[in-house]
Amino acid sequence: MTKPVLSVKNASLAFGDKALWQGLNLDVAPGEFIAVLGTNGSGKTTLMKAILGQQKLNSGSIEIGAKPVKHGSRDVGYIPQHRAVDASTPLLARDLLTLGLSGHRYGIPLHAKRDRARVEHILGCINGFDLARKPIGELSGGELQRFRVGQAVINEPDLILADEPLSALDPAQQKIVADLLDQERKEHSAAVLFVTHDVNPILSMVDRVLYLANGSYRIGTPDEVMRSEVLSELYDTEIDVVRNQGRIVVVGTQSHHHHDEEEWK
Amino acid sequence: MIFDFSNYDQLIPLVTNSLIAAALLGLVGGLIGIFVMTRDMSFAVHGISELSFAGASIALLVGMDVVAGSIAGSLVAALIIGVLGSRAKDRNSIIAVLMPFGLGLGILALSLYPGRASNKFGLLTGQIVSVNGTSLEWLAGIAILVVLSLAVIWRPLQFASLDPEVAEARGVKTGALSVAFLVLLGLAVAASVQVVGALLVLSLLVTPAAAALRVTSSPKLAPVLSVAFALTASVGGILLALGGGLPISPYITSISFFIYLTCRLIAYVGKARK
Repeated sequence: MTKPVLSVKNASLAFGDKALWQGLNLDVAPGEFIAVLGTNGSGKTTLMKAILGQQKLNSGSIEIGAKPVKHGSRDVGYIPQHRAVDASTPLLARDLLTLGLSGHRYGIPLHAKRDRARVEHILGCINGFDLARKPIGELSGGELQRFRVGQAVINEPDLILADEPLSALDPAQQKIVADLLDQERKEHSAAVLFVTHDVNPILSMVDRVLYLANGSYRIGTPDEVMRSEVLSELYDTEIDVVRNQGRIVVVGTQSHHHHDEEEWK
Repeated sequence: MIFDFSNYDQLIPLVTNSLIAAALLGLVGGLIGIFVMTRDMSFAVHGISELSFAGASIALLVGMDVVAGSIAGSLVAALIIGVLGSRAKDRNSIIAVLMPFGLGLGILALSLYPGRASNKFGLLTGQIVSVNGTSLEWLAGIAILVVLSLAVIWRPLQFASLDPEVAEARGVKTGALSVAFLVLLGLAVAASVQVVGALLVLSLLVTPAAAALRVTSSPKLAPVLSVAFALTASVGGILLALGGGLPISPYITSISFFIYLTCRLIAYVGKARK
């Protein structure tokens, strides 16, 4: 078996006496696309923070590329939630890509020419030439997230972490950004861990689903996990999973309307 | 009389030191100002400058080097803000608490100082064209240190300032960079206090960058314009001040302000045309 790009072993995290998840085991294979689902407060964002080394576990371990996580990682691409950018922010759209490529490097740029060529290449991948010279404060949500996808893949990471990257986008934009991410991760053979409250925009690309709820979790293909009896057992209450024209709707959890500012404090 | 430009050619050699000092400050202020703006730290600049003034005044009172006292005051303020004020909200209240304390301490030290009064308030409102050899060495040393350090940390600092969430995920040490930036800012403020005075530091460390960011969003062009504006204000201010017996600060602050107004106007016209 090939080496996992991300390996979560027996990880547990609790705030006070509320367990977010316990005994979590997850190996992400190269190129695999995993959706992380769950209601607000189930610990999706916290899991992402733990993988980025920004949140300590109570027990267990997390390794990226067989190395224990530190504070952040050069080896991952990261796509944040869409947030409105202040109009005076002095960055052009193409500079987001440059930051993704070389923003972590100290000293004066020694490979400016090579870096520029790489940025041009990614601009082509994300169809971003027309927007490249626009200030990022003037981009629409979908446009900005397209550049976020480019920023995440520009360093050829083995793993892309995406934290609700489609929230606050309209359905048409969601599809464009999701398709772009799928195409780019295939081209750059990166695995994806995709935190979302709605699996439908990415259903066609998902290999496995990690469903977090009630301090516990289920993992498996969408067909294995997104079933009434599985989720009812997980939530310990009556849950209906309804499939309609290729879409999955989970009925009975406290909230599955949109929460743009999901956060654990 | 505000302007009298007779004998101008004979005056210039007398102020060579001041012109060099002004040029160095313009360079430092223009560059660091970009990060002051993008990190939303204008208020911190003001707070640091008041403690820098306190440090300088105390040094004057006890007979130590004024620039060294100024630097010490700046660094103390920068470290307090860096350690206690990582959140923007905390930061502003801490600065608001520090600022009057520093100003009061400085005024106390100045009141107790037995020397001539005319120089004393130069620390607050700027000098009448007087940078001596020793001060110039200090300023040059600070300027070189700040500019070189900025060159080294430029990209990670830019990443951490403009795209903090992704920078942190990618392993950029945002916390350490934040402290490093405050130290550099403290040094830049201490240097500026020597020439424009503690109350007017903002005109070199904030206004030029604020003007530049009105007219460009390019991360490459913004620092270039900002330095150009700061140089125009600082060097231009001294050249104008030669013509009259007034301190250089009002000239520097006015030029800086009019550049800002012009940039706002350009931005407004540019937007209206779109």
